[in-house]
Amino acid sequence: MIAELGHLALWVALTVAVLQAVVPLWGVARGDAGLTGFARPAALVQFGAVALAFGALTHAYLVSDFSLVNVASNSHSTKPFIYKLAGVWGNHEGSMLLWVLILSLFGAAVAAFGGNLPDGLRARTLAVQAMIGVGFLAFILFASSPFERISPAPIDGNGLNPLLQDIGLALHPPMLYLGYVGFSTTFSFAVAALLEGRVDPAWARWVRPWALAAWTMLTAGIALGSGWAYYELGWGGWWFWDPVENASFMPWLAGTALLHSAIVVEKRGALKSWTILLALIAFSFSLLGTFLVRSGVLTSVHAFAVDPERGMFILVLLTIAIGGSFLLYAWRAPSMEGGGMFRPISREGALVLNNLLLSTAAATVLIGTLYPLALETVTGEKVSVGKPYFEATFVPIMVPLVLALGVGPLLAWKRGDLAAALGRLWVAAMAAAGIGLSVLYLQGAPVGAVLGFALAAWLAVSVVTEWADRIQLFRVSPKRSLSRALGLPRSAYGMSLAHLGLAVFIMGAVGETFFSAETVQFARAGDRIEIAGRTLTFEGVGQRQGPNYQSEVGSFVLPSGERLESERRFFPVEGQRTTEAAIRSRPDADLYAVLGEPAGENRWTVRIYVKPLVMWLWGGCGLMVLGGLLSLADRRLRVGAPGPRRASWRPAHAGFGDAD
Amino acid sequence: MSRRPYRSRKNRRLAMIAGGLAFLGIAAALVFTAFEDSVVFFFSPTDLTAKEIGPDRRVRVGGLVEKGSVTQGPGDGETRFLVTDGNTTMQVRFVGVLPDLFREGQGVVAQGRLTGGAFEADEVLAKHDETYMPPEVADALKKQGHWQPDGTGPADKGSGS
Repeated sequence: MIAELGHLALWVALTVAVLQAVVPLWGVARGDAGLTGFARPAALVQFGAVALAFGALTHAYLVSDFSLVNVASNSHSTKPFIYKLAGVWGNHEGSMLLWVLILSLFGAAVAAFGGNLPDGLRARTLAVQAMIGVGFLAFILFASSPFERISPAPIDGNGLNPLLQDIGLALHPPMLYLGYVGFSTTFSFAVAALLEGRVDPAWARWVRPWALAAWTMLTAGIALGSGWAYYELGWGGWWFWDPVENASFMPWLAGTALLHSAIVVEKRGALKSWTILLALIAFSFSLLGTFLVRSGVLTSVHAFAVDPERGMFILVLLTIAIGGSFLLYAWRAPSMEGGGMFRPISREGALVLNNLLLSTAAATVLIGTLYPLALETVTGEKVSVGKPYFEATFVPIMVPLVLALGVGPLLAWKRGDLAAALGRLWVAAMAAAGIGLSVLYLQGAPVGAVLGFALAAWLAVSVVTEWADRIQLFRVSPKRSLSRALGLPRSAYGMSLAHLGLAVFIMGAVGETFFSAETVQFARAGDRIEIAGRTLTFEGVGQRQGPNYQSEVGSFVLPSGERLESERRFFPVEGQRTTEAAIRSRPDADLYAVLGEPAGENRWTVRIYVKPLVMWLWGGCGLMVLGGLLSLADRRLRVGAPGPRRASWRPAHAGFGDAD
Repeated sequence: MSRRPYRSRKNRRLAMIAGGLAFLGIAAALVFTAFEDSVVFFFSPTDLTAKEIGPDRRVRVGGLVEKGSVTQGPGDGETRFLVTDGNTTMQVRFVGVLPDLFREGQGVVAQGRLTGGAFEADEVLAKHDETYMPPEVADALKKQGHWQPDGTGPADKGSGS
């Protein structure tokens, strides 16, 4: 009964979405305020209806209603509560429903918090948002309904892929979708602006919080996914350049570029049509990702079902959305007025460089991701493009980006002085050289590691220099510096934290890539395992009973008495095995132990890694997310407020504009 | 240089387009050189034996793990098994911990190099989902005429993950 209500709610949502897509546009065209105003309540009702449907599915999972095909094939009565809940989106239909829920959530948020938007822009934005909603609601209702019944209902369900029975899965998809689908808002704003034929700094100011929110959550979502892969798959890797990972990384790259180019539109009125294009591209990448992940063209933990019909449906939606918006862009963008002028060496120039590099990086990732699919379609040959390709293309593009990132925030708007900016960065240059040389000397490290650490040091010290410059540290009295520091806008701290986060992340990535050690052995109880100056004693394997699995627990003991336990879990319902690595995380390195197959004669395959600086990876991502949140907290004060800018915190000397 | 007047809008646009093209050129050069070295081809054991690929190229080989062929050792952490597409079997040697979904009689993809008739794998992939073959393995089996839609996967499982 509740499931039928959910199904009905989806139909209501679809109907409302159709109206929301048409009526406001008509209203704007006729200048009818009543019809234009229809968009806001419609967006709220649409969200309410989808939330109801999602609630109905969640209910079915929590009470284990196996008369629903979806629940029967993806859940089991003995599953712990949290995984019954997470199971709602641990399957194709449910995860598409989550997708649409978040899409309508963003529509509702624009309706609820967009009070200061001009009526026309808001109505058009919500109408475009509803068009996307129509497409995906129709997809759910016609091609992937989560509410199909099965009769007779099975006694119990098939269970959930044990790999997905993990707290990482409970959090990763909703967070990732908030980011991924969040770019639908900037897409809708961009299409609305194209319809209106007008982009001004106010538009950029309205769009930036949405871009920032989506970016922040996408960053968190990707980091959670990466963390899950690191500890759950037991390979000790955190990024595999797997097509599915790339699918989420491309919107991130485009979104990062968008975040920065929107600053130029807001502050200087330049790069308008480029920013619009980026907004279209960012969401197009999200749609492409949805297609790649959901259609089953890729083999992965995300490809829940291989169903060509569904793939086709998403492909058609993708073509309409991308093709339509790009045609509109080609038609309307040339008529948009250019904005403020700037010299190549200026804050704007630096942001343009950022955009060029990020877009190029996104393009190389796109090519590497799609090439195998294209080649197979054309010639039937099967290839894979792996880590070596991405490392050879992506990393060289990131090097100039990080170099420029140190300088960019120190350049003035319009016309910057590169020599002066570099002059202020002598400490950063010294730090980079110092760290690079000491790494080279102490470790005899490979060139890549030397360059990587030097880059990270350069960036970190540059960020601190920029902050010190802003508060005029050592140039005015400490008291004045402190009051300046307290007076800086949160968005300035947001920027600094995010950039610092990147530096910390690079440290972690370089440390893990170049200094990891690993050993694989057949070990008996009592065997000592030496790795990278550490000694572990293998204490053998015991049995343990989990809530819905049995596990073999391999214990490793450090000289300090600290114990690491790696499990091999067997899930009888699903008939599958998973490995839980034992990880001891410390700032200097992770010790990572995996219990493998039995190897006969009381021996077990064990694999031990020492992975330096992995914590820094997560820490760096955390700082980026924190930076995003902080900027967002600043923005909230003036979301949609195009009124006079607060002048109180504007820096005294002309070299520094506000960085947000 | 700061005394030079601002560039005109048109010049600026041209400069930006030129800059963009230069970046694209560099990116294209990077992409092509990277492709040369890093694209990994997939073969069935039959094709791989016929192709005579040298040990300097990384390739993937996929098929079913032959039942009863998995042995541990003799080296530390070493596993040997046979991959078959029904017509040809190939010995694979791997040092490391096998993925959880690796099982005898099931689909597997090994990545590595062919040295003297045996395959030295540095990576063994039994992709995440247990309900279906890696598609390339399914295709390889079909090509050799040994594809049994029901017999190859675990029969006790329904749809979903």
